[in-house]
Amino acid sequence: MNFDPQLQYLFLGTLGLLLLATLITLAIKVRLADPNHQSFVDNLVARVRAWWIMCVVFAAAVLSGGMATIILFGLISFLALREFVTIVPTKPADHRALFWLFFVAVPVQYVLIGFNWYGMFVLFIPVYCFLMLPIRMVVAGDCERFLERSAKLQWGLMACVYCISHVPALLKLNIPNYAGQNAKLLFFFVVVVELCDVSQYIWGKALGRHKVLPTVSPNKTWEGFLGGWLTAALIGLGLWWATPFDPWQAFFIALGVGFFGFCGDVTMSAIKRDSNMKDFGQTIPGHGGILDRIDSLCFAAPFFFHMCRYFLCGATPAPF
Amino acid sequence: MKHDLLAALVRAISGVHARLRLPQVGDGPCVYFANHTSHLDFAVIWASIPADRRARCLPVAAKEYWEAGMCRRFIAKRVFRAVLIDRQNVSAHDNNPLVQMDHVLAEGHSLIIFPEGTRSLDGTIGRFKSGLYHMAKRNPALPFVPVCLENLNRILPKGELLPVPLLSTITIGSPLQLEPDENKTDFLTRAKSAIEELRQHEL
Repeated sequence: MNFDPQLQYLFLGTLGLLLLATLITLAIKVRLADPNHQSFVDNLVARVRAWWIMCVVFAAAVLSGGMATIILFGLISFLALREFVTIVPTKPADHRALFWLFFVAVPVQYVLIGFNWYGMFVLFIPVYCFLMLPIRMVVAGDCERFLERSAKLQWGLMACVYCISHVPALLKLNIPNYAGQNAKLLFFFVVVVELCDVSQYIWGKALGRHKVLPTVSPNKTWEGFLGGWLTAALIGLGLWWATPFDPWQAFFIALGVGFFGFCGDVTMSAIKRDSNMKDFGQTIPGHGGILDRIDSLCFAAPFFFHMCRYFLCGATPAPF
Repeated sequence: MKHDLLAALVRAISGVHARLRLPQVGDGPCVYFANHTSHLDFAVIWASIPADRRARCLPVAAKEYWEAGMCRRFIAKRVFRAVLIDRQNVSAHDNNPLVQMDHVLAEGHSLIIFPEGTRSLDGTIGRFKSGLYHMAKRNPALPFVPVCLENLNRILPKGELLPVPLLSTITIGSPLQLEPDENKTDFLTRAKSAIEELRQHEL
C-alpha cells in the first residue's frame, strides 16, 4: 500500500469529481424528463456509471503497485488491439501472424517495461515487430492487398500497444528527488488527458457552434476544443504539487498533452469513418469500445513520456 | 453453474456481441439453424441464448468427425452433449438421422444445426442440404430460428487449432415454419435468405 498523502488527495479529488458528476447527472435527469432528451440522458447516465467503474479499476491497480498497473495497461492494449484488428480486412492466411501479434508482441512489450529494459522497449515494436509481421505474412504466401493488410496491422500495433505502453512506462522513469512517487506522475497524466476529453465534451455541449473538422468528427467544435484544452491546462497547473514540475511547467506540459490527446481523438475518428463505423466496440456502455475511450491517451502518452524523460531525467543516463 | 462458467468463457473468447431480437418461440423446443464457418459456432450460439433455454439445447454434429480422437469425443459428448449423427451409411429406413433428431426434440430439447453440412472458408453461405426441409416436414409446428454468425471464421477458421481473439457478432432472427404448400427448394431458399438478411457487415 502507498500512503503518500499527495496520492490520497488525488484519489479523494477523483472521488469528489465522480460524486459531483453523479449529482449533476441526477439533476439533468430530473430537468430533462421529457422523451425528446431520453437518449441523451440515458447516454449520460451510462457514461457516468462507466466512469465510476473505470476509476475504481484504475485506482485499485495504482494502489496495488507497479506490477498491477503494468498488467492493467497490458490488458487494455490487448482489448484495444482486438477491437482494432476486428476492423482490419485480414485474410485467412494472416491467422498465424495475428496469433503472434496478440500472444507474443503484446506480452513482450509489457514484460520489457517490467524488466526496465528501456532500449528494447522503444525498439521492439517499431523495429522488430514491424519487420517480423510482414515476414510472417510473406511466409503465409498471400499477396493480395499485402501492403494494406500489413500496414493496417502495424498501425494497430503502434496505436494500441506501443503508444499505450508508454503510460505504465512512466512508473519506471528515474526522476531525481521523485523516487517511488512515479504513480502520481502517471495519475497526473491520465487525469489531464481524460478531463480534457470530458471538458471538451461539456464545453462542446454547452457552447459548441463552429465545427473544427466537420468531415472527420461532426460533433467536435472549436468552442469544445479550445475550452477543453484550456481547462485541461488549468487542471494541470492546479495539480503541479503532485508532480516533479513547477507550476508553469505543469501548465505547459498539460497544454501539450491536451493537444496530442485531441489529435489522437480525431485521428482515431478518421479511422472509424474510413471503416464506416461509429464506435470500435460496445465494451464500455455509453462510451463505445475500449479504443474509443483511450484514443486520446494513445497519442498523448509517448509525448508526455519523452518530455518527462528528456527534461526530468536528462542528467541521469541510467536505464529509463 | 459449470455451464454458466463455460458459456461466459465462450463469450469471452469469441468477444461476441449478441444482437438478440429474441423471437417469441414459447417454451417448447425449437431448431436454431446458422451459417457455419468455425468450430466455435455451436458453442457461441449455445452461450448466447438465455440460460434456461441453454440447459435444453443440444448441437447436432457429424459422428465420424466428433468421435475421432479423445479430445473431440470429450467435447462433443461430455461437455455439449451433442447429438452425433451418421453422415455415411444412411437411408430413409436404416439409421435415419431424422429419427434420431425427432427423438431428441420429443424429449423437449432444442437443436442447433448447420444446414450447409460443412464449414465455409470465406464466410459466404453455401448451399443448404435438404435435411432442414425434411425436419420441417416431419415437425410442421416446430419453429426454425435463423441465426447469423459473423467473424467467427476469422477467430477460429477451418484447419486452425488456436483461436485469435477478435470480436464476433451473433444475430438471432424471428422463427420460420414450413408453409403448407411450400416445396423443398422454396423452403431452403427462404431459410438461407433469412440468415443473409440478418448480416450486419459486408463480406
